[in-house]
Amino acid sequence: MANRKAVIVGVADAPLKDGMIPGGASPLAVQARCAKSALADAGLDMKDVDGLLTAGMWGVPGPGMLPTVTLCEYLSIRPRYSDATNIGGSAFELHVGHAAMAIERGLCDVALITYGSTQKSEKSRNLAGRPAVLTMQYETPWGMPTPVGGYALAARRHMHEFGTTPEQLASIAVSTRKWAQLNPDATMRGPLTVEEVLSSPAIADPLHLLDCCLVTDGGGAIVMTTEERARDLRKKPVQILGFGEAQTHWTIAAMPDLARLTAAEEAGKRAFAMAGVKHQDIDVVEFYDSFTITVLLTLEALGFCEPGAGGAFLASGRTAPGGDFPMNTNGGGLSYAHPGMYGIFLLIEAVRQLRGECGERQVKDAKIALCHGTGGTLSSGATCILARD
Amino acid sequence: MYEKPLPIVDPDSAPYWAGTREHKLLLPRCRDCGQHHFYPRALCPHCHSDNLEWVQASGHGSIYSYIICNRPAGPVFKADCPYVVAIIALDEGPRMMTNIVGTDPATVRVGQKVAVCFEDVTPEITLPKFKLC
Repeated sequence: MANRKAVIVGVADAPLKDGMIPGGASPLAVQARCAKSALADAGLDMKDVDGLLTAGMWGVPGPGMLPTVTLCEYLSIRPRYSDATNIGGSAFELHVGHAAMAIERGLCDVALITYGSTQKSEKSRNLAGRPAVLTMQYETPWGMPTPVGGYALAARRHMHEFGTTPEQLASIAVSTRKWAQLNPDATMRGPLTVEEVLSSPAIADPLHLLDCCLVTDGGGAIVMTTEERARDLRKKPVQILGFGEAQTHWTIAAMPDLARLTAAEEAGKRAFAMAGVKHQDIDVVEFYDSFTITVLLTLEALGFCEPGAGGAFLASGRTAPGGDFPMNTNGGGLSYAHPGMYGIFLLIEAVRQLRGECGERQVKDAKIALCHGTGGTLSSGATCILARD
Repeated sequence: MYEKPLPIVDPDSAPYWAGTREHKLLLPRCRDCGQHHFYPRALCPHCHSDNLEWVQASGHGSIYSYIICNRPAGPVFKADCPYVVAIIALDEGPRMMTNIVGTDPATVRVGQKVAVCFEDVTPEITLPKFKLC
């Protein structure tokens, strides 16, 4: 079965203007256009697709949200493998793993992973929480703003245990902005200082407005197939060395330890074990940055530094352009775009870095990339370790 | 008229909310492993036993983490800003989300000892909140 080894052969994201899809579009249209672009990037056609994976916040309200069923009809395809697993913004790192297994097992030959959101155009984002049913009855009545409140609770606990400072968290947004300044497609490209982050409103103290990701529209697609099929395609394939997933809780009070991102620890260990690479082998990392604290917790949980050492590591500037630890090289959810579930953009950027397509922000000679998605309220994690041929 | 979101009581949670209505903080405890848990559920999260009982908690704990909400979780919470949302580590072990009330949010710290108090928000629903000891 060695010739069925799964690889990534196409990626695309939706162009944005001021964080919105120019001219407007439905979430289905956003995904259809991204899918067509990603297939063109690979040199494949929609009729080649026989595996469909998606997760999103769009859907027909009412019982039974059936996203792959809805999308296959819209795209006019008949997938023989589908996966709509939704573990939050990390779902797409999970989808790469699941698609790889399906391809290698022969359940499909060409897998399409999509995401689309028009949350900014629709003004559909709010902090008001979910109806206080089931487990939410122990959270929503107390007025926790979601999702920022859960992340702010983790930030406070990390500060308490390790002495992490608001300045250290702010430096993450600053380093990320420097990458965005090198990316013409990023939404926020103006200069940013630690002082500006700290003087933005402390919406969920200790987190400030500029500790939070953007709210934008967006869409993306990824195409995977077998290594053998990839030989005839347009671009050099990107190898999938390892993947892992984990989930721990939904209500923030049930997080195993608010100062440690257990889901990332577990998913990362699984991905590193499968890949058989070491931390020092990684040339570029793409970490989910819904909030600055998400990045710090991910860095520590994946073992790139000791627990508690993340604040000093990130404040050193090592992760900014020119540093020895290139991170979130497209400008991240903090400055590039964040359409609700960001995980697919980590993968798209990693693939482009490994292909050497990143222009001014290109990490020199990037051979191995690690993507880690975080979903829910620090609830789930999924890691992919990718490599160029 | 109370306009904030109210818990939607279900068979799992009915004894808990019946307890708060009488100003008692009840916790499920496992008869097999002896540990308390929160929130109430069908199986003990520690040992997966279904041999559970309700016991009255001390109502004491400490602040595990907290935030100061300067922006509300929706318009109905706006008049409360700034308000404190906290996770309490109860003396019995489990953690629960709540508000810290009756104090200036700027004086709240992780680790402070707290005690439960009860806010009757409707005739049916009483929310447990906590104040500094």
